[in-house]
Amino acid sequence: MITLVELPKEKLHNLEFVKPIENVIRKENKNFKRIRYKDLTSDIFSESDKVIISGTSFRDNDFLCNLEFFDWIKNFDRPILGICGGMHILGMSFNGTLFKTQEIGLMEVEFEKEFLGVNDKIEVYELHNYVVESSDFEIYARSQKCIQAIKHKDKPFYGVMFHPEVKKKNIIANFIRL
Amino acid sequence: MNCAVLFSGGKDSTYAAYIAKKNNYNISCLISIFSENPESYMFHTPSISKVEKQAEIMDKPLIIQKTKGEKEIELDDLFHAIMKAKYDFNINGIITGTVESAYQASRIQKICYDLELECFNPLWQKSQLELIKELIEKKFNIIITGVFAYPFDKSWLGKKIDQKFLCDIRELYEKYKINPAGEGGEYETFVLNCPLFKRELKIVGNKIYGKNHSWKMEIDVK
Repeated sequence: MITLVELPKEKLHNLEFVKPIENVIRKENKNFKRIRYKDLTSDIFSESDKVIISGTSFRDNDFLCNLEFFDWIKNFDRPILGICGGMHILGMSFNGTLFKTQEIGLMEVEFEKEFLGVNDKIEVYELHNYVVESSDFEIYARSQKCIQAIKHKDKPFYGVMFHPEVKKKNIIANFIRL
Repeated sequence: MNCAVLFSGGKDSTYAAYIAKKNNYNISCLISIFSENPESYMFHTPSISKVEKQAEIMDKPLIIQKTKGEKEIELDDLFHAIMKAKYDFNINGIITGTVESAYQASRIQKICYDLELECFNPLWQKSQLELIKELIEKKFNIIITGVFAYPFDKSWLGKKIDQKFLCDIRELYEKYKINPAGEGGEYETFVLNCPLFKRELKIVGNKIYGKNHSWKMEIDVK
């Protein structure tokens, strides 16, 4: 089962940042459970094969004030995909630092090596105010401004700064198929 | 949360407003942009003056902003309209009916950020066929007011979005890759009735103009 963690503070934002990810999981015919990050309990993780942490709105930094809800990440050993805010959480869970870097709209991202089935230059949709850097992660892709894709050096934890649920759904599908 | 809806009177912005209301967001006002450019990158134009009638039967204040519709400059006009909504109606967020346009979505996101407002796109990335199905299920009474692509012709003007339309548009999607919800600007719509309206709008006259595969219908409603 896949656990899809909802990051948005506002309920209406789930339609924008969580539902499109859910649609990819449905298309892949996988069982999943959607749950708000503040409602996560330990039994969820015993039954999760994989976890996807969604992004949230441009102005929503609520989750950054509640990082204690993500303490489970350090002890989790199955694949996690963190999207935008989800990537911030992954980085912050491993001594990362946040830097203010804004990108909005379609941008070109260059992959230095294969990442969840993607190589070379691709066009992606961006919507973020911050980027995270952590030495526990290897960098796979960058835009002109910042890091765009990371993978943990020892664990199957993947993070993308852009929104693959927009225009690059195959990245989520490839993660689901791992 | 108090929100303003970027409202064109077409199916997407009306449905976005409906979803917001269903999720207990308060719609404080509507914002409509009247573009002089029929090929505006940002704004849907047919029948927009009839939006006043829709706002009346929704019992919502309407902010009207005119724009010459020049690329990027029209964004300044949108900025001013949203700023007016912020100060006159004390809104905290903007609701749009954007489905797939990254161009439209990113520009509205930037304006909202600059004005310290949340931006909600409840239809974002929704399957266009699903969107049409939901509108039919929820008994939205919607007609086609403009067509702008092959193989559409004059005969499509005034057609209702119903089961027959769904079959026809699915066929056009399979044959010609027409976006089923018109997201590529292939067609435009006007909502005559929906659960947000107190009564149905009646068409009392129309003017049709165009040629080949590009036609518009300006309607009068009461």
